[in-house]
Amino acid sequence: MARLQGDFATRELTRVGAHGKSVRRRGDGMSIERIPILKLGEFLLITIQVEMYDSLAQILLDDLAERIVETRVRGVLIDISALEIVDSYMGRMLSTIAETSRLLNAVTVVVGMQPAVAITLVQLGLSLPGIKTALAPEQGIDLLRQVLGQSEPQHDRNDSPED
Amino acid sequence: MTETIPLRTENDIVRARHVVREQARLLAFGLVDQTKLVTATSELARNTVRYGGGGVMRLEVLNESSRCGLQLIFEDEGPGIADVELALQNGYTTGDGLGLGLGGSKRLCDEFEIITSLEQGTQVRIVKWK
Repeated sequence: MARLQGDFATRELTRVGAHGKSVRRRGDGMSIERIPILKLGEFLLITIQVEMYDSLAQILLDDLAERIVETRVRGVLIDISALEIVDSYMGRMLSTIAETSRLLNAVTVVVGMQPAVAITLVQLGLSLPGIKTALAPEQGIDLLRQVLGQSEPQHDRNDSPED
Repeated sequence: MTETIPLRTENDIVRARHVVREQARLLAFGLVDQTKLVTATSELARNTVRYGGGGVMRLEVLNESSRCGLQLIFEDEGPGIADVELALQNGYTTGDGLGLGLGGSKRLCDEFEIITSLEQGTQVRIVKWK
């Protein structure tokens, strides 16, 4: 019974959405988008190819935290080369993502920031301390490997009992 | 020429950014200046939507004999800003932001002016000269 009601509610929302009115929590006619999070070997890769807005950034943070726990990765790469601006809200969201990932035992590297974005961010008063950056995805992966390699506990050596 | 963009939702903030980017491109602003203008637009439009209860952005191209520029006015009829000096300080916020919006936008532009009165709304005017 509960499920039937749920299904009906979903259909109802979809129908309303198709008329360009509200979809779920959003009241402005924008459908809920998600930024895909891809698992690439030992890391998660996020390529932001769409225009950022506040609630999309919030959804990304929630999704990423879930995926880190689910996949148990130790590294996250965020490619922002397609972002034409990063304002204070988005900058703060990048910091929050890095901090949240750290608490979940993953390192975040942001790659591909456009030079004009970097100049503007600093003038805005936001230098994103605590965020690791690299110019391109390849260097980002190198940096992740380097950071993770250094912090990896050396089990093999320490686990063997001394004679 | 004045163009008025409504600012009620997040979607409107994105639209405002696009309109300003397009106009800055038409005026042949450099890429860094375009980025600064669009970033300031994003900050101020968000303030209008979040704290001002919505409003409008008015965009105008300024032509003087020796220079041209882009003027943006963000208007709301919200609660107003009680202490403008305080609001301009880095880190001051009444919401959940970083408090960089107003002060940061000021640093990104050539002219910056706030007219605000309690219960009657806020008008923020910025200009970037080319």
